Amino acid sequence: MADSELIFKPAAELAALLAAKQLSSVELTQALIARTRAVDDRVRAFNSFDEADALAQARASDARRAAGQARGALDGLPVGFKDVIAVAGQPLTCSSRMLANFVSPYDATVTRKLKDAGAIPWGRLNMDEFAMGSSTENSAFHQTANPWDLERVPGGSSGGAAAAVAAGEAPLALGSDTGGSVRQPASFCGVVGLKPTYGLVSRYGLVAFASSLDQIGPLARTVEDVAMLLGAIAGHDPLDSTSYPAPVPDYCAELRVRPGPWKLGVPKEYFGAGLDAEVGGAVQAAIEFYRGTGCEIREVSLPVASSYAVAAYYIIATAEASSNLARYDGVRYGHRAAEATGAVDLYFKSRAEGFGPEVKRRIILGTHMLSSGYYDAYYLRAQKVRTLIRNDFLRAFQEVDALLAPVAPTAAFKIGEKASDPLAMYLSDIYTISLNLAGLPGISIPCGFTRGGLPVGLQIIGQPFQEARLLAIARAYEQGHGWRGRHPTL
Amino acid sequence: MANPTDIDIDYVANLARLALTAQEKETFSRQLGDVLRYVEKLGEVDVSQVEPTAHAFPLCNIWADDVPQPGLSVEAALRNAPEQRDNMVVVPIVVE
Repeated sequence: MADSELIFKPAAELAALLAAKQLSSVELTQALIARTRAVDDRVRAFNSFDEADALAQARASDARRAAGQARGALDGLPVGFKDVIAVAGQPLTCSSRMLANFVSPYDATVTRKLKDAGAIPWGRLNMDEFAMGSSTENSAFHQTANPWDLERVPGGSSGGAAAAVAAGEAPLALGSDTGGSVRQPASFCGVVGLKPTYGLVSRYGLVAFASSLDQIGPLARTVEDVAMLLGAIAGHDPLDSTSYPAPVPDYCAELRVRPGPWKLGVPKEYFGAGLDAEVGGAVQAAIEFYRGTGCEIREVSLPVASSYAVAAYYIIATAEASSNLARYDGVRYGHRAAEATGAVDLYFKSRAEGFGPEVKRRIILGTHMLSSGYYDAYYLRAQKVRTLIRNDFLRAFQEVDALLAPVAPTAAFKIGEKASDPLAMYLSDIYTISLNLAGLPGISIPCGFTRGGLPVGLQIIGQPFQEARLLAIARAYEQGHGWRGRHPTL
Repeated sequence: MANPTDIDIDYVANLARLALTAQEKETFSRQLGDVLRYVEKLGEVDVSQVEPTAHAFPLCNIWADDVPQPGLSVEAALRNAPEQRDNMVVVPIVVE
């Protein structure tokens, strides 16, 4: 089979070819390596990749299969990793000078689970430094381009993961989502991206940004592929005390036994000022599709979430980040300043040299939020507003099964367009951020293109731990449309 | 409290153990002033009867059995150390 046929195939189809022995994992891995070598000098999705290691694991997978010991659908499939999730022996840079030379001493729980399933960790994908950003412009290493228009951002912070899937460099990828960092780049790059319910997927081995908001999530070309990858990484983990003992159904099987129709809510506040007309039109068309297939569409209201989520988020996320990033002190790992006059001076200089501007900005902001005299006014108040945001959604979910919304106010913006205005960049997360505050699952699926040829995403917001239903709703739309047949020309 | 949208950048940078250049101080003060003016809107919300949410799905008292587990080897633990000697991390002088 020609490489050009392989590189855009959904992972489930690749799995079927592997199972039928019409394709070997080595052939697939070689095709992805060739594709990455051909396009990544322009896309720049990867921080690094280890061809020899990937091929060695592909050969091991093929040997298992030949011996009748294949481990399931993921065996032999390469999975890209955002450079914030630990894979033992591989770099873990968080796209920061601080960790430029760091090598993971152990596997994240999601990594261990994927290795146990026979999947092949494939490369380290670029991101905004320490996952702080919405455009991947904050990477300390290089700018990842949007495969649909190389002058535009891929979104962020999981921009490398979304770009790699869109560009045919990886069939599957893992990102992390603290305020929209899986869903927004998925939307900008025309792929599917899921943020699971907080606690469904273990955070062990995910470098911490804002611990009460962070979740690892899958990116792929189809809803079924996302379901397959989610099933492999979900589940309670004793190594993450915030992981939740929720049952993990067979998400792929569930897709086939949940035909709908559903009651779907449309948050009226999410379609007002600030939403680009073409993006809004594509999302409205998706809403009409659901209505046309027998779903009941109800307008709902999220008064607190729509007005106050961004403000609450940038208090809570920066406060938690300032605490989590205190560990980077130049002592036991990470960047160490060359000329320090003592231990405390070492902290000041190592951190000044190791962190980029956005990380410094958030550390300063978060430290201010938590400092004496400001804690009650900012952090405590934000956590109370968080309760009200969650109540907004729980109230809506008394009436509907899920909500339909935009992912981002615009399609992918130009590189540099918002780089000098942090507040404008923060406001681009307005539709995604509230889910992290409320702990809810959300998926971005392609729902059309702008006249300029840029992908638009539809966000579907689910009830806590109801990923099976959320995925089924997403798949119903996907099956009624052919967006996934379009690929960027590189 | 001074103007709530002002950050005492030297004080906060010291708390954060982060050396900033004069240029960074000027830029961050201005940009973070914008952000602080924006988040002031939370003051509009009546939270007098509201409990804070720290985690979306609170789990209380997660205990682990007190059983020894294998940890990282010394070699693995020191692999990322900037400077090491005799199985220890070397740091600048702490106490004169």
